[in-house]
Amino acid sequence: MDKALQVSAIKDGTVIDHIPAERLFDVINILELDTCRDMITFGMNLDSFRMGKKAIIKVANRFFQGQEINKIALIAPNAKLNTIKNYHVVEKRVVEIPSEITNIVKCFNPKCITNHEAITTRFKVISKKPIELRCMYCEKITSEKQVVIR
Amino acid sequence: MHPKNLISITDFSKDDYLRIMELAAEFEKEPNQNLLKGKVVASLFYEPSTRTRLSFETAITRLGGRIVGFSDSSSSSVSKGETLHDTIRMVSNYVDLIVMRHPLEGSARYASQVAAVPVINAGDGANQHPTQTLLDMYSIMKTQGRLDNINIFLVGDLKYGRTVHSLLQALSVFENPIFNFIAPPELAMPIEYKRYLDSQGIRYFEHTEFTDIISEADIIYMTRVQKERFTDPMEYEKVKNVYILRNNMLENTKPTMKILHPLPRVNEIHTDVDANPKAYYFTQALNGMYTREAIISHIMGLK
Repeated sequence: MDKALQVSAIKDGTVIDHIPAERLFDVINILELDTCRDMITFGMNLDSFRMGKKAIIKVANRFFQGQEINKIALIAPNAKLNTIKNYHVVEKRVVEIPSEITNIVKCFNPKCITNHEAITTRFKVISKKPIELRCMYCEKITSEKQVVIR
Repeated sequence: MHPKNLISITDFSKDDYLRIMELAAEFEKEPNQNLLKGKVVASLFYEPSTRTRLSFETAITRLGGRIVGFSDSSSSSVSKGETLHDTIRMVSNYVDLIVMRHPLEGSARYASQVAAVPVINAGDGANQHPTQTLLDMYSIMKTQGRLDNINIFLVGDLKYGRTVHSLLQALSVFENPIFNFIAPPELAMPIEYKRYLDSQGIRYFEHTEFTDIISEADIIYMTRVQKERFTDPMEYEKVKNVYILRNNMLENTKPTMKILHPLPRVNEIHTDVDANPKAYYFTQALNGMYTREAIISHIMGLK
């Protein structure tokens, strides 16, 4: 089945494709789409040849900056961005893991100060594959399996 | 340029380390110098630590400074539920320097971001205790006359021991160190530190017990093997006596070799070692005071 029929097309805006199905709501939170006033449609558990099940988000009239969209790279490393203008894809992009991650991930260390006071978490990305993040406060390394979104 | 804070040992450069060594030697010759006259230092100990606190407070007093603070969190507004953020904001209005020990990891880094005055980390949980590392380095410098080409044996709990991790990082900036790790497999040196040494091309060797190889040591750095670190109590029972250093084991060691320990010791160094001139751990603790005078002076730009 054509995916355009599963999630209706937009005239102008951004399509974020190849999101792992179980991470859809995390992506919505990170991009703060819950407060967005433009039309958003999304599909979850769509069939994907490569991923098995995937999710897709279409945001009308919104065009993301690299830095903004790269925030989702930790949980949706294979996400693809299509910029749509007048129903046509005018640009295709992939997300990239930034060198620093701010306020998205929870430090896995229960004794880290960031888990006890209202502090913006900050991590230095020391490895992108597999993901390894060094907390700038407690200096412990959060591995890919331990990544929890705040 | 003076570093503003000392939170993690890696905040200091090799030049900073060498300057601290130089200053500590000056303070050892003349500990009483009025460099902090008219200054107030906050000593905030959120958990008890007699040795570190007294060493710092003596260092501040010998520098002519005044001290305010608390020695455990029950006597502070923490017991009323005040956040670290608010305590530090408030205290930093009053004082010229904050020395802080806190049970949570990363607390000192956070305090340094909140405070308007310099912060010295006197231990943040299992994370960092950089002034201990600097006093360890001063002890090595004093007894060996150098920080290059040191063959050091790190013994005991190498997995959780923050002092061994920081010392490893600090000595790695000097020429040609050799690290020997002696630990049970459960408490072996974590892979990230070994990867770091590999990336720097630094030699290290791993052992699970004391052997004749300690004859090559310049420094044997002992740490406590703590029962609570083991998930299986049987494992602790099996290894608890393997890492005890006894006087008869020191016969073939170098005459200049010294034994260090961050203290407190439990049973890992037998008391029969204490009378051996190679036992250096009590002098090491005294070196802490000179080193802390040096650190305070360096950070505050007093020398």
